[in-house]
Amino acid sequence: MTLFSRLFGDAPLATRGEITPKLGFALTVLLAIVWLIPFLWMVVATLRPASNGINAMAELMPSLKPTLDNVRDAWEIGDFPRYTLNTTIICAGILLVQFVTVTLAGFAFARLAFVGKTVIFYLFLMQLMLVPVLLIVPNLSLVAQLGLYDTLTGVMMPFFASAFGTFLMRQAFEAIPTELEDAALIDGASLLQRIRHIYVPLSMPSFSAFAIISVTSHWNDFLWPLMVINSPDKRPLTVGLSVFTKTAEGTQAWGTIAAGTLMVIAPLLVTFLIFQKRFISSFVTSGIK
Amino acid sequence: MSLAEPAALPVATSAAPRLDVMKRFTTRFKASLPAYLLLLPSLIFLALFTYGAMGRVFVDALYQRTTPKAPVRFVGLDNISAVLADPAFTGAVVNNLIYAVGTAVPSIALALLFALALSRTNVVSSALRAALFLPVLIPMVAASALFMFVFLPNVGLLDYYIGRLLPVLPNWLGDGDIALYAIMVITVWKNAGYYMLFFLAGLQAVPEDVMEAAHLDGAGPYMRLRHIILPELKPTFLFVTVIAILNAVTQVDHVFVMTQGGPSNSTNLVLFYIYQQAVEHYDVGKASAATLLTLAALMSLTALSFRTMANREGGP
Repeated sequence: MTLFSRLFGDAPLATRGEITPKLGFALTVLLAIVWLIPFLWMVVATLRPASNGINAMAELMPSLKPTLDNVRDAWEIGDFPRYTLNTTIICAGILLVQFVTVTLAGFAFARLAFVGKTVIFYLFLMQLMLVPVLLIVPNLSLVAQLGLYDTLTGVMMPFFASAFGTFLMRQAFEAIPTELEDAALIDGASLLQRIRHIYVPLSMPSFSAFAIISVTSHWNDFLWPLMVINSPDKRPLTVGLSVFTKTAEGTQAWGTIAAGTLMVIAPLLVTFLIFQKRFISSFVTSGIK
Repeated sequence: MSLAEPAALPVATSAAPRLDVMKRFTTRFKASLPAYLLLLPSLIFLALFTYGAMGRVFVDALYQRTTPKAPVRFVGLDNISAVLADPAFTGAVVNNLIYAVGTAVPSIALALLFALALSRTNVVSSALRAALFLPVLIPMVAASALFMFVFLPNVGLLDYYIGRLLPVLPNWLGDGDIALYAIMVITVWKNAGYYMLFFLAGLQAVPEDVMEAAHLDGAGPYMRLRHIILPELKPTFLFVTVIAILNAVTQVDHVFVMTQGGPSNSTNLVLFYIYQQAVEHYDVGKASAATLLTLAALMSLTALSFRTMANREGGP
């Protein structure tokens, strides 16, 4: 009860004696443990020697003789360094182009008056509503026509424009006082110079929020690269992992699968644990990606 | 133009405003030019991969080619009627509806519970929030790899720990009656933490003094939830429901990895059906027709929240 009284210490005084919120909290703790079990199993199974046999595979108690054999096997069977490189190229490429497109478009919406603003605003808004995954079939034929089938550029291209990013940057730019821009204007700074030296440096939090959303969603993207990529050496992590899982499942090598999965998700999980607050607030602003 | 010369120069009077309009238009257009140039890069890619893609779906749905090399043939609405008559498609739609309701309701309910329990700021709550949020970050493919073992018959996690309590061990992914529900478990596990964030944000709008006043008036936790918290969270519910339904259609990678729509089409969902038509049967016409129907359904759903979204993004 002392634990509870400490946890609920900042609740309104009158409600501190109630039982129901505490039951809800206890249930949530229980579910959080259940939520973590797959991750726990992944770590334990990665370190379990294969000699323990298939029947001990589900045991959540760590093996007394941990081994890195599974990590080594996964590293050798799957081409994980190559997959990681491909995913990094895809995420970085998309993000770099997006930074340019969303900054320019966001500025136009935030600071400029132009004919047809309403129409163009709704054109952008449409993209928020049309989930890109659904357009895989027509986009695949376009990518093929452009000669980009089985290239990383083909994987990146549909995401170069981002309505979400545009609106996010618009919001950030609108918050910047116009006086700053006026001062630069008097000094003879051109439009692009003003964007580059005033608006961009002052909007770094929004850029990082956008980067977090963009990178996590493209790091995790599966279906689109699965359709565009054909050669094994161009697979991103997700497609590589699915092929790897299929191979290892045949031999019941669950320790190796756990190790492979761990390698794929570790970069994101580690980054999340370091920048937890940033991740959470970015995901709240994301809403529809 | 003054009253002193009424209708004296009819040509001039009608021409002058037109010239004026043209001139005003060009000057306004010229003034708009920098904005258009800034928007151009985005608009090019939107045109290619969003609007162009929609246009191509419309056109492709009207044509058919029997083999990948054969010339296209205009077939009108044949593709659409073929898709609607295909039991695999109607089955996928029914599965997807079950899947949508069966994932949206539990994950939203759990998200609300988590948010209510963890809205306080202390180390324990924030650690628990992080734990519940972890599945959101990982790729669906990785979640599938983990749950493939969870559901593995006899030796998997579920059978190893809980299966002992059951008289007969079900084959979670191999039984056509159960597989869809097994798939749904993964989605709930993965998404509840995401929706929790929106409820946490929504709960900040609930004024604490109103809660305390309600308590002093004798309102218990349930009454306060029902009459203060839930009304305050109504916009959040709408928003999260729309996202949950969109996710139920689009976020189905685990079907590709774990079941391939089987056993006997019991986990076939709409997006997987589209993929099968396009990639496995090379039937772009049918795939486009199915895409078109799905797009129409989803667009009418999101149209409901169009106003809200336009306002949320700051209006035109």
